[in-house]
Amino acid sequence: MSEADLDAARAIAGAVPDPELPVVTVADLGILRDVAAEDGRLVVTITPTYSGCPALREIAHDLRYRLGRAGFADVTVRTALAPAWSSDWITAEGRRKLRAAGLAPPQPAPKGPVPLTFGAPGRREPVPCPRCGSRDTTQTAAFSATACKALFRCEACREPFEYVKEI
Amino acid sequence: MTEDEFAAYQSLSEETVDHRWAFGTGFTDPLEGIDTSVPDGVDAQALATYCLMLGDDALVYSHRLQQWMTRMPELEEETALANIALDLLGQARMLLARGGRAEGALLADGNGPGEDELAYFRDEHEFRNVRLVEALDADFAELVGRLLVFSAWRLALFARLAASADPVLAAIAAKGGNELAYHRDYAAQWVIRLGDGTPPSHGKMQAALNAVWPLVDELFEGDAVTAALPGVAADPAGLRGEVGAVLDAVFDAATLDRPGAAPMARVAGKSGRDGVHTEAFGYLLAELQSVARAHPGATW
Repeated sequence: MSEADLDAARAIAGAVPDPELPVVTVADLGILRDVAAEDGRLVVTITPTYSGCPALREIAHDLRYRLGRAGFADVTVRTALAPAWSSDWITAEGRRKLRAAGLAPPQPAPKGPVPLTFGAPGRREPVPCPRCGSRDTTQTAAFSATACKALFRCEACREPFEYVKEI
Repeated sequence: MTEDEFAAYQSLSEETVDHRWAFGTGFTDPLEGIDTSVPDGVDAQALATYCLMLGDDALVYSHRLQQWMTRMPELEEETALANIALDLLGQARMLLARGGRAEGALLADGNGPGEDELAYFRDEHEFRNVRLVEALDADFAELVGRLLVFSAWRLALFARLAASADPVLAAIAAKGGNELAYHRDYAAQWVIRLGDGTPPSHGKMQAALNAVWPLVDELFEGDAVTAALPGVAADPAGLRGEVGAVLDAVFDAATLDRPGAAPMARVAGKSGRDGVHTEAFGYLLAELQSVARAHPGATW
């Protein structure tokens, strides 16, 4: 497999949208870990965001489908568990796209032992509203429609919004 | 619909066996492409059993939490609990698959049981979960009380297992620990809100903790399987201080008393880790396994 083929495969794989957050791609989210050639076949490595993430299988399927359509007949999709995915891996471009779609991007993830905080673990700063930018926001639920998001309300513009949690 | 979105739907509508995750629709391997060989010097049979213990805890508890769906007091709590149950189910899938692979290492053909075989076709005495996860919660207070104990204990356990000599178990634990921190936080906030709330909510929260407490001691009991895995497994007795301190901090903030109820007795010296369970477990398992057993091997 030539370097040009591999570059093409990387571009195709990186453009696969996340099924839960279709405004961002698997490359934006840091789910796509590696695209490599092994003995003439293409090996794509992805990592789950959360242990129970049902989107991982959809992503693997979409990867095989798009790469297959582009002429990569022999594609293996592998899962990598370590190191565990962190929201810190969401790229600057991914954060920009999330914000543009009305989703607040995550703050830096806590490191090391998790202290008991009686609030969002490790969150130090207020979450700015992705609509109006106000920092006067309140978390209304720690878990939203998916495990990776929390529900917030902006006290300035009064709009609800979702926040991609730091993990 | 954009071209990108269309491609996602298009790919899913094709005839394949592996694009949906549910019984009968073709299972996928949660450890696909991961090196699951058993490290040198590690007792493969003990590792397999240990993974079943931790996987069964998550599988059984996830099922109990799922039974709360449509019964939660508010939509926000419903989504929170559904997400917690899903995290635990994900942990269960990986742990059962890891256990099956470790068992396979002992077999001539190398093929141990898969996650579905382990979840749906083992009988009650073959499950290794602690008895804490078996009961149907009497009310919402009991739900959050049990969840607090379970997630505080499992978080402490996974923090140690993240340094396990089995790299697969270490990776599962490191990932799961991040999730459990949110579960513990969710439960702690509710225990405090109810405990430090009105006299009726305080009374119900205290009663719930009292009801759960006889099953807490079992979480810290040693067993032969753990003892056979030095450097791989974590000694449950070593978690008692850390978990106790976390629970006491929550009880203190919630103005609740740490219950003094005596531990539930073992049966002929055996408990959940040995395959001896409470009466509630048989009913739970019957429901969990009913579809798979009524239609073995079915696909749709």
